[in-house]
Amino acid sequence: MRRGGIVAPLISFKELGKAHKAFIMKRTTAETGEPTISSKAETRAPTRVKDKRRRRRDLEGNAVRYLFFLCALVSIVTTVGIVVSLLSQAVGFFQEVPFWEFFFGTRWTPILKPNSYGVLPLVGGTLLVAGLALAVAIPVGLAIAIFLAEYAPDKMRRVIKPALEVLAGIPTVVYGYFALTWVSPQLQNIFPNMLIFNALSAGVVMGIMVIPMVSSLSEDAMLAVPRSLREGAYALGATKLEVSLKVVVPAALSGIVAAFILALSRAIGETMLVTIAAGATPNLTWNPTESIQAMTAYIVQLALGEAPHGSIEYQTIFAVAILLFALTLTANMVGHWFVRRWQEKY
Amino acid sequence: MQRITGGSFDPRLAFRKSVGTGFVGLFLLALCIGLAGLIILIIQVLIEGIPWLSWTLLSSYQSRFPEQAGLLAPVIGSLWLMALTAAFTVPVGVGAAVYLEEYAPKNRLTQIIEINISNLAGVPSIVYGLLGLAVFVQWMAMGRSLLAGGLTLSLLVLPIVILTSREAIRAVPQSYRQGAYALGSTQWEVTKKIVLPAAFPGILTGVILAMSRAVGEAAPILAITALVYVTFVPSNPLDRFTILPLQIFDWVGRPQEDFQALAAAGIIILLGLLLSMNALAIFLRNKYQKRSEE
Repeated sequence: MRRGGIVAPLISFKELGKAHKAFIMKRTTAETGEPTISSKAETRAPTRVKDKRRRRRDLEGNAVRYLFFLCALVSIVTTVGIVVSLLSQAVGFFQEVPFWEFFFGTRWTPILKPNSYGVLPLVGGTLLVAGLALAVAIPVGLAIAIFLAEYAPDKMRRVIKPALEVLAGIPTVVYGYFALTWVSPQLQNIFPNMLIFNALSAGVVMGIMVIPMVSSLSEDAMLAVPRSLREGAYALGATKLEVSLKVVVPAALSGIVAAFILALSRAIGETMLVTIAAGATPNLTWNPTESIQAMTAYIVQLALGEAPHGSIEYQTIFAVAILLFALTLTANMVGHWFVRRWQEKY
Repeated sequence: MQRITGGSFDPRLAFRKSVGTGFVGLFLLALCIGLAGLIILIIQVLIEGIPWLSWTLLSSYQSRFPEQAGLLAPVIGSLWLMALTAAFTVPVGVGAAVYLEEYAPKNRLTQIIEINISNLAGVPSIVYGLLGLAVFVQWMAMGRSLLAGGLTLSLLVLPIVILTSREAIRAVPQSYRQGAYALGSTQWEVTKKIVLPAAFPGILTGVILAMSRAVGEAAPILAITALVYVTFVPSNPLDRFTILPLQIFDWVGRPQEDFQALAAAGIIILLGLLLSMNALAIFLRNKYQKRSEE
């Protein structure tokens, strides 16, 4: 995923093919120059038959090449499709609602009168939950990564890593169920005034959900740090913790930061969990015990309501989705850029 | 410069070592928090859901009464959707992977495709749902059908299949290819007869993992179907449908506790399905790995 190009083969096959062709040409001309040897002439005939077959094989190969190329193009078409389909629907929305109101308005009541289309409460809700998730996932995930990369014996790693993969593979609806029916009631014991739908329980559970992502990406980055750096530090008398925190973590920092950013992007785009557990009240607040509505949850709410196609309510989904797409895309690009730009080459 | 005197190379070593031990404790604590989340989640689901597991749950349609409600339509819907998604994803995903690993010239376009695929992997699933709603459901007039859902999900998991297939193809040793070229094979013959068979176990594992991701996805299908009260088993790809995660979502959202318990039972079935798919992936990988080593 983070690799730039394709591993170059030892010898380029194109060159190999060219050299082969040149060799054949040379040989045949040399042979035609010596027509006296009759036995060579006999061997030429089957070569010509072979050439015909070869041509058919090359033709087939070319057809397949284009077919594979089309498969690879599907990804480009998908991206274009996303941008075009979202934009074409959102254009109608922005003809009715000025950009200014959408991006800086602090009231989001597209269904209730008086209609107001300020998207900030939704963005705030999303960022509040994502922030809580990172507050859980960054320390826990990073600690697990350090432990797995530097401390854990092989046997232990072989048990823990699959368990974390299970955590990563659980569908998000299940996390939503967990947040609503277990985490939220537990947290209500601590905050008695809290509603059952709240940003806090959604954020905490989302944090648990992205722990595997943070830990596995950070661990990969730390494992890429060469042994010699560690050994150098040990030789200077550093303890194991000092080697981990002062040598390995700084050396792997680009990968670790990228892991955080990619986790943030995942948290922003997460849908079912926030729809089930965080509530459906657009609410610009910093208080995590309140009920909020995330951008993704709003999209789901409207998609469920079967708003009439072409109405402004229907178009709001696409306007919010464009913003969501832009946010996650930016986060992803920054994450990948971080890896490429700051990666230490050893 | 401090002079190092014999015997006290570092007088604070004991302190530093105890800090180290303390941090190991913290790391273990973090690990426990992560794993405790998983364990509590599973226990909670099992406690709530097991009493509701019954034959009725698997064999009946949705109902207003929790005792009579079942998952027949969603289970069949999920299986249909998985089959359709696999049918679209596998050829396109493996084709794209073969192109990028074996054929692609090192140029601007290839670079754009690669960056694009890794960015697509990070697009929120609900956005794919809206893409499907706008393109497949409305523009191509497929309606809120299985076909539209399958196409949407296959776009969603395509980056996963491409990335895992590429890794599997890349893991095939260059010497295999060079051996085949030396015998006069064309590039397509090398790909078809040498590279793909050797990469097959890896590709298969990637496909199964992608399918298990697809089975758990609720958001894009929610945008495609909206929530429907389906009381029939879909019989062709143009039928309307519902899937397991959507039914779970529907039940979780209801105020009655019985329905929430039903949701837990549904989750057990969903997790069971995912678990068996993952077990299948591991089994197949081991089987084919052994064969290729023989």
